[in-house]
Amino acid sequence: MFESLSSKLDKAFKNLKGQGKITEINVAETVKEIRKALIDADVNYKIAKQFTDTVKEKALGQNVLTSVSPGQLLVKIVNDELTELLGGKTENINTSGNPSIILMAGLQGSGKTTHSAKLANYFKKQGKSVLLAAADVYRPAAIEQLKVLGEQIEVPVYFEMENKNPVEIAQNAVKAAKDGNHKILIIDTAGRLSIDEEMMAEIGNIKATVQPQEILFVVDSMTGQDAVNTAKAFNDVLDFTGVILTKLDGDTRGGAALSIKTVVQKPIKFVGMGEKMEALDVFHPDRMAQRILGMGDIVTLVERAQSVFDEEEAAKIQKKLLKDQFTFEDFYSQIQQIKKMGNLKDLMAMIPGVGKAIKDIDISDDAFKGIEAIINSMTPAERRTPDILNGSRRKRVADGSGTDIQQVNQLLKQFEEMRKMMRTMNKMQGAGLSMKNLPFRR
Amino acid sequence: MGIFNFFSKEKKEKLDQGLEKTKTSLFDKISKAIAGKSSVDDDFLDQLEEILVSSDVGIHTTLKIIDRLQARVAKDKYVGTSELNAMLKQEIALLLDENKNENLSSFENLPGQKPYVIMVVGVNGVGKTTTIGKLANQFKKAGKKVVLGAGDTFRAAAVEQLKIWGTRNGVHVVSHGMNTDPASVAFDAVQYAKDNDADVCIIDTAGRLHNKIGLMDELSKIKRVMSKVQEGTPHEVLLVLDASTGQNAFEQAKQFTAATEVNALALTKLDGTAKGGVVIGIADQFKIPVKYIGVGEGIDDLQVFNKVEFVDSLFN
Repeated sequence: MFESLSSKLDKAFKNLKGQGKITEINVAETVKEIRKALIDADVNYKIAKQFTDTVKEKALGQNVLTSVSPGQLLVKIVNDELTELLGGKTENINTSGNPSIILMAGLQGSGKTTHSAKLANYFKKQGKSVLLAAADVYRPAAIEQLKVLGEQIEVPVYFEMENKNPVEIAQNAVKAAKDGNHKILIIDTAGRLSIDEEMMAEIGNIKATVQPQEILFVVDSMTGQDAVNTAKAFNDVLDFTGVILTKLDGDTRGGAALSIKTVVQKPIKFVGMGEKMEALDVFHPDRMAQRILGMGDIVTLVERAQSVFDEEEAAKIQKKLLKDQFTFEDFYSQIQQIKKMGNLKDLMAMIPGVGKAIKDIDISDDAFKGIEAIINSMTPAERRTPDILNGSRRKRVADGSGTDIQQVNQLLKQFEEMRKMMRTMNKMQGAGLSMKNLPFRR
Repeated sequence: MGIFNFFSKEKKEKLDQGLEKTKTSLFDKISKAIAGKSSVDDDFLDQLEEILVSSDVGIHTTLKIIDRLQARVAKDKYVGTSELNAMLKQEIALLLDENKNENLSSFENLPGQKPYVIMVVGVNGVGKTTTIGKLANQFKKAGKKVVLGAGDTFRAAAVEQLKIWGTRNGVHVVSHGMNTDPASVAFDAVQYAKDNDADVCIIDTAGRLHNKIGLMDELSKIKRVMSKVQEGTPHEVLLVLDASTGQNAFEQAKQFTAATEVNALALTKLDGTAKGGVVIGIADQFKIPVKYIGVGEGIDDLQVFNKVEFVDSLFN
C-alpha cells in the first residue's frame, strides 16, 4: 500500500548512489526529495519538515562511516526515524473492564460502523462475548447497517429504533451488556465534524456517562492535511486512547494518519485493510515503516493466513499430502480460504520485493474464477481422482465451465506440479506458506 | 439572471461560512508572512508553500502557483500586501480557469433527451448516497420527476439508506434488494425512468477503492449496461470526492475516469475544517468540472459549484 512513497524514496536515494560519504551538499537534495515525497504522501507539512530535519542531522553526524554507502545509511536512518514517527512499539487494546467498553468516534464516512463490526468479529474470534450498540441515530439506515453486519458475524446488536438520544442508548447498552454477561461492548456513534460543537458535546456526554476503557478515533487513511486538526479536536474533547486507520487497502500513501500519532501522541491500534469482516489488522509500526521503505511485510501475511486458515483443515491437508492424497476438493477448499484472506494483490504486496514488482500489474480478484469453474464442472469422482480425466471427460469439463480444453489441461498440469512441490515442502510449518504455489492466471 | 440568482442569500451565507475558514487561514497567514517586507524573498515563498500545502493544494500545484507568482513578480513588481494578494488570487483563478467548463447550469434546464441519467461513483464513505438524496431534493424542487436506482447492493443497509432518502423526497426508488446484480438494477432503473416519463434518473453505486480492478470493471459494466436502454446514457458520471481527502483524490479522479469517463465532480463535506484546496489541483490537472459542493448533512445542503462565486468567496 505504500508503494508510491517507497518508489519516491527509492528515487531520492538514487541521487546518493556512488557517493562516498554524506556531506551537507549531497544530502540536501535527497532530504528535499524525501520531504516532497512525504508531503505528497499527505504527511503533515510541519511534521515532514521536522522529520527531514532530524534525518539530515543524523545523516550528517554519521558521515565518517565508510563501511556502508550513503544510500544504505540513509535508508537505515529514515527507517529508524519512520518507525519512531509511527509510534514505537506495538500497543494492545485494553479489555480489562467488565464489560470493557469501546467507544468509536470520527468524521462522517471514515468507516466507524464497518470497523465496529470488524472489531466485534476480532474479539469474537478470541472467544470473547461481544455486544454491539447502535448509537448513530442520525444517518439514515445506520442502525440497520450495524444490525446487518451483526447478523453476518453472529454478534448481537443493541439498538432502540425509536430513541433519538444516543447518550441514553449508550447507557442502556451498558446495562444490556452487563445483563447479558458480555465481556466487550462496542458503541458505534454517528459521524461528526470536529467544529460541530453540539455534536462534539454529545459524544463528550456519551464518554462521561459510560466511561469507556477505550475510545478509538476512526480515521480514513486517505485524509489530507486536515487529519491533524481533526484528530486534535477530537482528542481535546475525548482524550481518545487510540486510532483505527481505515481503507488502507487503497493506494493512498497514508501519510496524514501517520502524523496523527505525532500530533496527539496516541497510538494507532488497528488498520482496516478491506471490506471483509476479517480485514482488520493490529497495527505494527515497525512493519509499517519497513513497508514504507519497500521491504515487504511477510509477518502480517503469515499472521493473516493463520487467522483465516482452519487449523484442523490444514492438518488434514497436511496428512493427505503426506499420503499423496491431495485432491481437487482440497484444492477448492484452499482457494476458498485464501479468498477469505482478502485482496490478492494486497496479499502479494506483503511479500518482500513483490510490492514494487506488481505495482502496475493487474491482479484480479477473479483470478480464481476460471479454476473454480473448472473444478465445479468435474464430477466428485474426478475431483478425488484426477487421473481418470481422459480426453472426453476433459472436453466435457471445458464445455461445462465455459473454458477450453487447453485451460483444463493447463490446470491439470499445474495441479500435478503443485502436488509434486507440496510433497517436497510438506514438512514446512504453517499451511499459509503453501499458498505461493497455487497457480493463478493473469 | 443566470448564475448569480441561483445562490439564495441563505445559501450564499453558508458557502461563505464554509469557505471563511479557507479564506482566513490563507490570507491571514499571507498578510503576516509579507508584513513589513518589500520583496518576495525565500522566507515568504516558504511560508506560501506551507499555506498552500496545508490546504491540500498539493506539492505540484503549489510549486506551479509559486513559479507563476515569481514570474509575475519579476515582471510586474509589486508594492504591498494587497497587490500580492491580488496576484495570487489571479494565479489561482487562472488554474481554475484552465478548466474549460462553462458555469454549469441549474437544476431546471437539463440537456439532451429524457431521462437525464446521472451515475454516481466514488470511494467508500465520501457521501454518495447522501449527495443523491440532496440532488433528488433539488431536482424535485425544480419541478422534475426523479427516479433513483439503488445500485449499492453490497454495503450493509445501503439500499435501505437510499430508500429513506427516496421517502423523504417522495421519489420512486428502483431496487432489487441487497446482494443483487448492480448492473441489472441500473438497467431497470433507467428503463423505469424512461417508461414512466421521468426527467432525471440517479443511479447509486457501491463505494469502491479505485485500485480494486475487479470492482472498477464492474463499474464499467454498470455504465455500459445503461447505454443499452438508451444511447448516450448515462449523461453524467458524477465522481464524489470528500473535501478532507488528501492527494489520493488525484488518483481517484484518474482511475474512476479511466473506468467510467467521469465528467463531473461533487466535493462533499466542505462544511468541515478541510480546506477544499484539492479542487484547484484537480481542476488544473484533469479538466473535469466541479459541479456540486456539499456543505452540510441537511437535505438542502447541496449547491451547484460556481467558479466565480467560489473564487470570490475565497478572495473577498
